[in-house]
Amino acid sequence: MAAGGPLLTVRDLRSYLSTRHGVVRAVDGVSFTLGEAEVLGIVGESGSGKSATCRSIVGLMPASTAHVSGEVIYHPHGGRNILTARQPELQALRGAQLAMIFQDSMTALNPVLTVGDQLLEAVNAHASLTRAQARSQAIGLLERVGIPAPARRMRDYPFQFSGGMLQRAVIAIALASSPRLLLADEPTTSLDVIIQDQILSLLLELQEDTGMSMILVSHDLAVISEVCDRIIVMYAGQVVEEGRAADVITHPAHPYTQALLDALPQAGERGLLRSIPGSPPSLIDVPDGCRFAERCPHVLGKCRTWDTELLETSGLTGTSGLTGSGGRIETGGPGQLARCWRHDEVRRPQA
Amino acid sequence: MSTMWAATPSEQLMRMATRAAGRRRSATRRRLPLYIGLAMLVLAVAAAVLAPVLVSQSPTTIDVLHPLAPPLTPGHALGTDQFGRDVLARILYGARIDLAIAFGATIVTLVGGTIIGLVAGYLGGRIDSVLMRLVDLFFAFPFLVLIIAIVAMLGPSILNMFVAIWITSWVAYARIMRAQAVVAKRQQYVLAARALGYGRLRIMFRHILPNTASAVIIFSMVDAVGNIILAASLGFLGLGAQPPSPEWGTMISEGQNYLLTSWWLATMPGLAVVFVGIAFSLVGDGLADLLRTGER
Repeated sequence: MAAGGPLLTVRDLRSYLSTRHGVVRAVDGVSFTLGEAEVLGIVGESGSGKSATCRSIVGLMPASTAHVSGEVIYHPHGGRNILTARQPELQALRGAQLAMIFQDSMTALNPVLTVGDQLLEAVNAHASLTRAQARSQAIGLLERVGIPAPARRMRDYPFQFSGGMLQRAVIAIALASSPRLLLADEPTTSLDVIIQDQILSLLLELQEDTGMSMILVSHDLAVISEVCDRIIVMYAGQVVEEGRAADVITHPAHPYTQALLDALPQAGERGLLRSIPGSPPSLIDVPDGCRFAERCPHVLGKCRTWDTELLETSGLTGTSGLTGSGGRIETGGPGQLARCWRHDEVRRPQA
Repeated sequence: MSTMWAATPSEQLMRMATRAAGRRRSATRRRLPLYIGLAMLVLAVAAAVLAPVLVSQSPTTIDVLHPLAPPLTPGHALGTDQFGRDVLARILYGARIDLAIAFGATIVTLVGGTIIGLVAGYLGGRIDSVLMRLVDLFFAFPFLVLIIAIVAMLGPSILNMFVAIWITSWVAYARIMRAQAVVAKRQQYVLAARALGYGRLRIMFRHILPNTASAVIIFSMVDAVGNIILAASLGFLGLGAQPPSPEWGTMISEGQNYLLTSWWLATMPGLAVVFVGIAFSLVGDGLADLLRTGER
């Protein structure tokens, strides 16, 4: 895997939604840097702001209710903030450079157009090709994502595809103009485990072939840990932990990450399923201090008052086995960060 | 347990599937209203087009020697009016005017209102507010009063009646389409299309419109009936087609003076209105059924 410079820098991204009940802070100050050819995972519960982060980056938040601020810099496009870019500029970037795939493949395609038509539309959107060229490219894409008899399936409508096949078609459409960054918003959530695995390995394979970067959003730590170089853990609209995948999985420094890992059911271990007690805070009346304090087993008085920030944790990378063979090379970004002032006491050697 | 069943599970399944297949075959029967409505419409259009072939009399030739002849008089199947004009001829030629109103007025408002609603719903924001307040403004007035006012202002004629309908009737389409577009723009396929960098026009007309057009199309059938009745009403009030021309509403209006002595003058064109109205209603109903079962 080639390590390159940064591809995407997100700085203090905020996405506030005005609703009837008040202002929802869906994304509240998210910053990260994504390197070339890097796979970044974003994990968190439902409503933690994972999808909103992705949609804000691509500019897909509803314009009438969402207020997005901060900086999103897509480096090949120059140092400018694409959040403030004008519509035509953004349209030229989307699809051609940045592509996004969505959670529910069953509804991600237009039900009244054939898969082939939609694929051809995507192929033609950012390039001028002859009909024959476009068609052969479209068939090639379907073949590439592992759809059997692609020429015949071009004529089918989305409802004639199974969920897994449809997600493959969606991926083919997203890749139609060879984007350099793919945002995958829970691409496997609506699929069963076997298909999930196939789609994930397909995504990884395509990522390695094309050298594109990928942001993979999931609520499933197991999925994320399998495929990502780096992980961001989100809670209540904020990043609570960030670090290399192996570090975060083996030595989580934030109590929330630990709780998430503890909640993973272990194969062969029968008994009670563990969950995290309580529920996330309202994103309208956000409490002061640490947002996880209400549910945290390590909570102290100071937790409710301190001005939270991401703190660098003392490096355990030397002992994590990451530097050994098979580890992915770190691309940019700092070491492990956690939004917990007690991270050193909290951190356990093995989760 | 299984011995209690007379048939094996697979036989039972087979029976259920066979029954379901039988039900599918009767889909034709479910579409019967649509087919009947279409047949009636075709009949009406054919009658209008073939009027010179079907009747030899002109609809405006006056025959003072045979006024108010009752139906089934030789040479006058539906009788004659107070000027001796053949009622059947007038109804058939009148179909040209009334059907032209049904189609012409409806298609223009359908297309215009749909585009306006789509744009308002998809773009939202200020454009949406302005367009929808305009719609509210039209809805606030009694519809017929508004049309009468416009026609009276422009001067009574068939063209001005068209103009009045065009000006006022698009609002219902705009409102229906806007509601559909607002829902559709949150659908994932629209988000996906935006994520692919497609332009607004492409998203609106290629992705949203085909998925949401059924509601306005169905409504247009109801509206066509409404427009025929409207044209008849305006004719009746003397604001639509002017007397010599054989428009159904005008005929009813003229015939009302003779309702007690020569009932056919007003009744026959009235039946024609009913016939076309039922035809459009059946088509609208059938289309609604067809497009609804076609949904996911």
